[in-house]
Amino acid sequence: MTATSENLSISDVPGVAWRKQTRFAMVGALSSVFVALAGMPVGLDRRSIVYPVLSMGYLSLLWIPFVLARLAGTETVLEGMVARPRGTKDLLAGAFVGLGSAGGLALLMVLIQNFDLRDPLINWSPQLLNLLVFNRSLAVGIFLWLGLGATLGLLGGAMHVLPNRFRFHFRNVVLSVLAVSFLETFLTDLLQGFGLEVLTDLIYYKRGGLEVVGALLVAALALLAPLVVGTRITDTKHKVLSLPTDERRRVNLVLLTVSVVLLFVLPFFLGKITNELLANVGLFVLLALGLNIVVGLAGILDLGYVAFFAVGGYTTAVLTSPNSPGFSPELPWPIALIVVVVLTGIVGLFIGAPVIRMRGDYLAIVTLGFGEIIRLLFLSDWLSGWFGGAQGITNIPGVNVGIATVKGTDPRSVFLLVLVFCAIAIYVSWRLENSRLGRAWMAIREDEDVAEAMGVNTTNTKLMAFVVGAVLASFSGAIFSAKVGSIFPTSFLMLVSIIILVVVIVGGMGNIVGVIVGAMVLIGVLGGPKQPGLLQEFSEFKLLIYGALLVWMMLKRPEGLVPNVRRTRELHQEEFLQDAWLKGEIDTGDQEGAE
Amino acid sequence: MRIRPPLIPGKNVATKHEAKPTSRVLWVDRFLMLIRIGFIFLISVGLLAFIAQQIDPQNPFARWINPDATGLTAAQFKGLLVTGLAQGAMYGLIALGYSMVYGVLGFINFAHGEVFMVGAMSGMITSNKLADAGLWGDAFLPSLVFVVVTSILVSTAVAVIMERIAYRPLRGAPRLIPLITSIGVSFFLQNVSVVLLGPGAKSYPSLPTWLSQKRSLIGFEIEGTKLLVLLTAAVSMAGLWYLVERTKTGKAMRAVAEDKEIAALMGINVNRIIVTTFAVGGAMAGVAGILWGILFRSVIHTTGFLPGIKAFSAAVVGGIGNLGGAMAGGLSLGAAEATAPLVLLEPLGVDGVSQLRDAVAFAVLIFVLLVRPNGLFGERLSEEDRA
Repeated sequence: MTATSENLSISDVPGVAWRKQTRFAMVGALSSVFVALAGMPVGLDRRSIVYPVLSMGYLSLLWIPFVLARLAGTETVLEGMVARPRGTKDLLAGAFVGLGSAGGLALLMVLIQNFDLRDPLINWSPQLLNLLVFNRSLAVGIFLWLGLGATLGLLGGAMHVLPNRFRFHFRNVVLSVLAVSFLETFLTDLLQGFGLEVLTDLIYYKRGGLEVVGALLVAALALLAPLVVGTRITDTKHKVLSLPTDERRRVNLVLLTVSVVLLFVLPFFLGKITNELLANVGLFVLLALGLNIVVGLAGILDLGYVAFFAVGGYTTAVLTSPNSPGFSPELPWPIALIVVVVLTGIVGLFIGAPVIRMRGDYLAIVTLGFGEIIRLLFLSDWLSGWFGGAQGITNIPGVNVGIATVKGTDPRSVFLLVLVFCAIAIYVSWRLENSRLGRAWMAIREDEDVAEAMGVNTTNTKLMAFVVGAVLASFSGAIFSAKVGSIFPTSFLMLVSIIILVVVIVGGMGNIVGVIVGAMVLIGVLGGPKQPGLLQEFSEFKLLIYGALLVWMMLKRPEGLVPNVRRTRELHQEEFLQDAWLKGEIDTGDQEGAE
Repeated sequence: MRIRPPLIPGKNVATKHEAKPTSRVLWVDRFLMLIRIGFIFLISVGLLAFIAQQIDPQNPFARWINPDATGLTAAQFKGLLVTGLAQGAMYGLIALGYSMVYGVLGFINFAHGEVFMVGAMSGMITSNKLADAGLWGDAFLPSLVFVVVTSILVSTAVAVIMERIAYRPLRGAPRLIPLITSIGVSFFLQNVSVVLLGPGAKSYPSLPTWLSQKRSLIGFEIEGTKLLVLLTAAVSMAGLWYLVERTKTGKAMRAVAEDKEIAALMGINVNRIIVTTFAVGGAMAGVAGILWGILFRSVIHTTGFLPGIKAFSAAVVGGIGNLGGAMAGGLSLGAAEATAPLVLLEPLGVDGVSQLRDAVAFAVLIFVLLVRPNGLFGERLSEEDRA
């Protein structure tokens, strides 16, 4: 009781929390076993990261000891406390966690050798065992894994011990090698467009993956780049930020124009696959921007968002296709689009009006119900005279834009069309966010009662969110049906709503840039519900990863990868207040005013 | 003697506050009213047409809307009703889990349907193993008990782990955050089943013939399996009722559902009670999983989704947080889902009605939330959740 605060911070410095380390070791063991039994090592083995050293199959196991050892060593240092000095013990702890993870695998190997559980577990196979023991004997395999686990765990623990500089470079090197390897299809395509095949031939092995030389080259570049560039980028940024407002605006405008022009020129240098991929990403950017208005800005959790996508797609199909069973006016696409927008807006009103008064969680389930009902209606025999039932509507013509026809067989044109609509959607979202309506949405998201007391007409405002979201989704639907050329109810499963939700949440709710980044990372790399991404081998596992990602984001980083400042404050209000209190800032006034 | 000054109309402001607040009627309210009226109108027309048809198939009212309607014989109707009730009993068991968790934590555990799926999957594995060993056919009842017990254990474990990892850190977060998390958990569990057990549908071993044959009971022809399902559901429900109403744990559960903080002050270990709630819900879902296996003999990774949503609807119909209501809601939803397509939709001239069964279930959910969001039997929620 008599100890001063200084005494406290020295004598009470805790050592390594071994209980926590043990827990992490067990988590590591369980996750290694799970990943192995999920079939990732076998399924992903055909894709190499660095040929012939590392394949993605092994990577799916090797990251576990490293990351868990790193996480196990992380300790939150509260404001006003002193961080514990790090030392050899942390290295040991890391190695211990790594060893634990590898121990799980070793146990699994022994079990596979001696028992046959292939009946329920499809991946319990000799093939998995062979892969795990590196095609050698069991003893060698176990020994190698324990060594690998301990080393990687040690490395993970070392991340807390080594100086920041080293960590920075290490992270750069690892991430850039992985990124260059993951982006192989895209980079090859891009460089080919510019006639630089020499470069790709140099770094990539001809059947996929980096060559060792290539990997070293990339690593060297990643090491050198920060040294060469140094602080120049941040300096320029500061310089621009310190410019007077109108000058800064001019710089921003120039930057914006340049990037927009680049984006529109880019498709002409890309091949079919990459254009297709980017077109898919664009479709999801449109959807995600729409859902971002509903979920991110207005805070309404709409789980039946795919309904609007479906209505957009089906309306376009009915209006433009000659094969539409009931009513076939064969309108040109742009005129159909106007009808689509109006109709989807009305559907948005019809779905929105009944649910708008409900509690947030009931609303989520009811919108989900509406989404499913709409799909079931499109699928039913009852309405098959209009929508073709399970056979769908085929033979949807492309979009005729005078000089060319936009259709699925020409992904470049689709991408350009998607880009135009994305630009519109981004502009609309951006303007809305800072408008009276956008502020009303955010007020409702933060506290509906207070917003109402401040004179916001909550009913109409929330309905507007529904309608705007629906219209953006209908754009995506209209392009989708023209792109694919035929439309079936199976394209509109609830899965799609969830995936869009994951995109919005991972990217950052309420943030336009975040949503775009989210769509690029998730849809571009992992792939959409039916569309393959850059890592095509992941198609079996992508839904699993989406689910895990959603949980993880909600637990650890609910504000998303690219957070929205205001939303972050709402989500972490208590922490902000606590920090402010500890720093003695609490009586300087309210949080907003402090900035 | 006068204590108060006389009230002069227009001068005394204080009493004005007592006046009824002027309620604005928004267009949304009118629209909602229209939807409600439309719903009720459709239901009554369908029902009337059905009754007209049953009385006299040549009735002009019945002919007027759907000239091809054939109507149902009493046996058909009873058959549908029994099928519906058996499924409804299963929904009711799942609904108990939703209802209990909502009552205690105030959020929809969207992943509860997946707990049910896990129960069905583990039942599939154990029963197939038992069938390989020849026990399933020879000693059916003991092996069924074994299968039920393992499946209860597995789904209870899944529910408890789920609470520990995904929901406990989020206690006190805004209401939608745990809901989104539970969607993620549900998605994750579905796909865990895909990657571990494979994507295809898996079947249960065939049931002994003495069980699946029909027997007549108070005027109903009931298949033995459905009887078994109804019996099991009744036994589980009785057990749950005993647990919640008659034991100390149940009392603690009710206290935590009423007010967590005060329950904690009364010396109740709130965390333990919440875990228990998840465990009991998981156990019920495990039983329901086996019932699914017995009824349909086939299970796939998406098995949990639709029954989960329907069970949630049942919980809402019964009044969320109300356990008896959840079971009653399940039974009535099952019956409605089985009979409504033929009773209501066919007389209205809708083709291919049996495809719309699931749509009917969703429509019931939407209808109940529109007309009576507190459910038919009233909600039992804690103070903070009623807000």
